[in-house]
Amino acid sequence: MQNQICVIIGASHGGVNLAFSLRREGWEGRILLIDADPSLPYHRPPLSKTFLTSGEEVEKFSLKPEEAYQKEKIDLLLGQVVLKIDKQLKQITLDNSEIISYDKLILATGARALIPSIKGINTAGIVFPLRTAKDVINIRSAINRAKNKKVVVIGGGYIGLEIAASLRKLEAEVTLLERDNRILSRVTSPELSTFFDGLHKSKGVHIHTSQEVVEIQQAQDENVIICKDGNRYFADVIIIGVGIVLNTELAEAAGLCINNGIVVNEYCQTSDEHIWAIGDCTNHFSPHYQRNIRLESVQNAVDQAKVTAKAINGKKEVYDAIPWFWSDQYDIKLQMVGLSDGYSEVLLRNESINKFSLWYFKGNELLAVHAVNNAKAYVLGTKAIKEHLSINKEKLVNSEFEIKEAITSAGTQSMVS
Amino acid sequence: MAKITFITSSEEEIVLEGDSGSVMELAVQNGVPGIDGDCGGVCSCATCHVHVIPEYTTKTGEASEIEKDMLELDDNADEYSRLSCQLEITEDLDGIILRVAK
Repeated sequence: MQNQICVIIGASHGGVNLAFSLRREGWEGRILLIDADPSLPYHRPPLSKTFLTSGEEVEKFSLKPEEAYQKEKIDLLLGQVVLKIDKQLKQITLDNSEIISYDKLILATGARALIPSIKGINTAGIVFPLRTAKDVINIRSAINRAKNKKVVVIGGGYIGLEIAASLRKLEAEVTLLERDNRILSRVTSPELSTFFDGLHKSKGVHIHTSQEVVEIQQAQDENVIICKDGNRYFADVIIIGVGIVLNTELAEAAGLCINNGIVVNEYCQTSDEHIWAIGDCTNHFSPHYQRNIRLESVQNAVDQAKVTAKAINGKKEVYDAIPWFWSDQYDIKLQMVGLSDGYSEVLLRNESINKFSLWYFKGNELLAVHAVNNAKAYVLGTKAIKEHLSINKEKLVNSEFEIKEAITSAGTQSMVS
Repeated sequence: MAKITFITSSEEEIVLEGDSGSVMELAVQNGVPGIDGDCGGVCSCATCHVHVIPEYTTKTGEASEIEKDMLELDDNADEYSRLSCQLEITEDLDGIILRVAK
């Protein structure tokens, strides 16, 4: 095993955790971690939050210090693009033509920002996505240069909203345009959308929904954003947060099975037995939810990395984590656990102003909890979902009862269908 | 400057010195096994759980409400548990001993 080599493509949360977990689980061979991003691998969640507002260097947000890679004998190859995988020869080709052989290959290639096809978007010059440290550095300097600090954010998902909150902290004038008729429409319930809509408006963000941007025009020292209904908005800086494109091209060209992500089994193995895949770029079957899911989260990347490191070292463990997410905006901490898709009922539990939780049920089965400034609801919700506990709904919505009192006993153990 | 001692689950003693940032950051930057800090230090993941050796709890103070709630995610949590991302390094912490949670 000492002569074997494990090659990891993608050095973000998934790839980095995998490299260190491989060592912890006993991998003695070489570990090569490759990424196109030249920076020492960093935490991504702060990019839209403290990294954007602080003016700090990206090194402050490193996942691990450089010495840790040396200590664990993890070879970093940064700023290098992988062009090709040959799964028959078990080789990859880099953009400098170098060919590297592998015994195990892990794809942790993640995703990149989706740049929508809007007329003029490529020529405007002040349009930025936000996915990498470089993006944030570009945004920071564009805002510093901007005369009026007038920013339009296109896209009202979590990224767009986090950016809006950060920009308000930087005292920019922020307009947020959402194509749908409510913000967060793709990821949460109307109830939570309404809360965040009110929150951002109270902080001075101009939110406009049902606004489909069709063109960006450069005027003298401003940009005009034109929507389908004829509305026009003006900005010195435009930030795009409309979603992602999965980096599955390498896997696809190599002939791996792809279906809304690289398809992996319960051990994160792809359709090729020597190739694994983890994180945002993958699609896996969730035993808990009894369906295939694709997740965009740190939790999924890290937990899949741990399962994969075990599997590669011969300790097979089925991946069955309950997904969790968080978003920090202003002084609001949103914590989410589980997947609410397909819910038939959502119950609101109010604790106090700006402290509440939404509980999503399908029949009597708790699917997900979205907790605002309410870690207790998040934690107890996590336990209830994991263990299929049954919940007394009347007590749950009545804050005179503790949440604990509403979670009665072990449930039916039935799977969600 | 504060000297902080970590005792890992394999009983290894790691002594580190820091003057700013959180205890979690200090531990991650120095590769203390068992402290991951997956969420980057925003009290969201509970992967930086430590037990404060009882005689030092006066130095670390009490956990906030959200921190206490998050600790409930971990079955090994007890009255001495803290999330080390919430422990800001100051002179006050000098000399404390922390046991990394299992």
